[in-house]
Amino acid sequence: MTNETLLGVDDLTIAFGSLTALDHVSLSVQKGERLALLGHNGAGKSTLFRAILGFLSLNTGTIRIADAAPGSERARRAVSYLPEAVAFSKALTGSEVITYFARLKGEPPRKALELLETVGIADASKRRVGTYSKGMRQRLGLAQALIGRPDLLLLDEPTSGLDPISRGEFYDLVDRVARQGAAVLLSSHSLTEVEAKTDRVAILSKGRLVAEGRLADLAGAAALPIKVRVRAKGADADALHAKIGGRRLNGRSVELDCGTGDKMAVLSRLAALGDVVADIEIDTPRLDDVYRHYSKPPAPGDAA
Amino acid sequence: MKSLSRIAAVANTETRLASRNRWVLLATLILVLFALALAFLGAGPAGSRGASALTLTAASLATLSVYLIPLIALLLSYETIAGEIERNTLPLVLATPVRRSEILIGKFLGHIAVLSVATVVGYGIAGAAVTLVHGFDPGGALAWTRLIVTGILLGAVFVAIGILVSASTPRVGTAAALLVGIWLLLVVLYDLALLAGLIVDDGGMFTKTIFPLLVVANPGDAFRLFNLAALEASAPVGGIDGLARSLPFPPALALAALAGWLVVMLSAGLARFRRLRP
Repeated sequence: MTNETLLGVDDLTIAFGSLTALDHVSLSVQKGERLALLGHNGAGKSTLFRAILGFLSLNTGTIRIADAAPGSERARRAVSYLPEAVAFSKALTGSEVITYFARLKGEPPRKALELLETVGIADASKRRVGTYSKGMRQRLGLAQALIGRPDLLLLDEPTSGLDPISRGEFYDLVDRVARQGAAVLLSSHSLTEVEAKTDRVAILSKGRLVAEGRLADLAGAAALPIKVRVRAKGADADALHAKIGGRRLNGRSVELDCGTGDKMAVLSRLAALGDVVADIEIDTPRLDDVYRHYSKPPAPGDAA
Repeated sequence: MKSLSRIAAVANTETRLASRNRWVLLATLILVLFALALAFLGAGPAGSRGASALTLTAASLATLSVYLIPLIALLLSYETIAGEIERNTLPLVLATPVRRSEILIGKFLGHIAVLSVATVVGYGIAGAAVTLVHGFDPGGALAWTRLIVTGILLGAVFVAIGILVSASTPRVGTAAALLVGIWLLLVVLYDLALLAGLIVDDGGMFTKTIFPLLVVANPGDAFRLFNLAALEASAPVGGIDGLARSLPFPPALALAALAGWLVVMLSAGLARFRRLRP
């Protein structure tokens, strides 16, 4: 049961006229797995969601949701969706919104209303949505998406505009749902944000899937150099530069690139220099560097 | 069964929104105020040519309703789909197992419910006031009932038109502009064009054969024609309405025309809505 594919996207291309929004994209999400979809604005994240929901016609490829075609009755029962920047009618109360969607999904409203407790806005359930804060509205959206224990949860930039604490709480809820067996596909702008919150990431750039895998593997495969910044004693960067090479940063510092493998060798060489060196700073590549590495446009002639 | 419960959920939410946004109250107030003004201000219907006050007010209300009911119906419905596109709730709704036809029917029924409440309560209050002041007569009561029922049918046609407009544009602003245009065209300009035709033709071919059909082809005119024809000789009518005296076909055809409009507009709305890609 651990390897049950709830979402399978294979060789998907979607074009709007001459604009190719998705270009031969393949990915899959298993039961209980969280896959983060990353990409700039216009990279094709929302288009992928709309295709999975069956709103678009596919130019090539297939999509299967729990072994059903997108948009089919079975697929729609399995899927729950939270669109980006959704604004529920301000005049309805939180519990009215949940009751409405429970009825549309054919689930008992009473059970669905318990979800307001789960997402932590039960106190505000009788208040109109117009009085909710942005975080509360997003929680209401998540409660709506959790109605009827969906197999596949599609969350389109669910945390954009949330403060870091609300964001953390939001991911805790997603984590809980995944542990109960749902497959989660969520999109985000920032790799840092989804670190440790998802099992795998997929990076879209201009409609193409440029990277997919576990975060640590992606960082390793990118093989971004570790930067070692060395500050010279007595502001004598020239002497230091003559000894160790690298790039002059300013009058006092020199920067070296080194691979993960020879970090220790570089450091012991620097240590051996003795009092020429005043300080050493080691800058390991951050997630956003990894993201930038993958999502930069392919070089000419590189297109496969 | 599931289908019915989903339609009910959509209809229920629409009526709830309409009452929260004060649309129900506003629509009812408009109808009751205009009906009372017609009944008690102006020429004063009592006593003229033997017709009862109830019947006479029904006759003038038939003319007024042609303007008011379509306007209210369009105002209730023009935002219904375009608004959901603007708020981004439409993809959310369409991601659930609900069918598009169920959403459309639910919204339609919800708006009809609001319109029915407004018409029944608004005209009911005015009718009761006229009865209290001028006395009751069965013919007049029948005329009011007929007016209310066909008024709801007329409203249903324009709710369907409003939904079609709403499904045709993703912007509420554009839908609002279209709604004003459609109201002007169908309710005001159409009649002016017909009158111009009558004057130019001066009792010839157009007046005798084409004109009655053109009148029945317009939902507002069909509604008025049916109501006035049913009043027969008891109320004085003139202008285009004089046609009610000399119809070359049974008045029921006017009702059939209204029903036809309803079916065509609902089908067109559904076709547009089905093609919409959220």
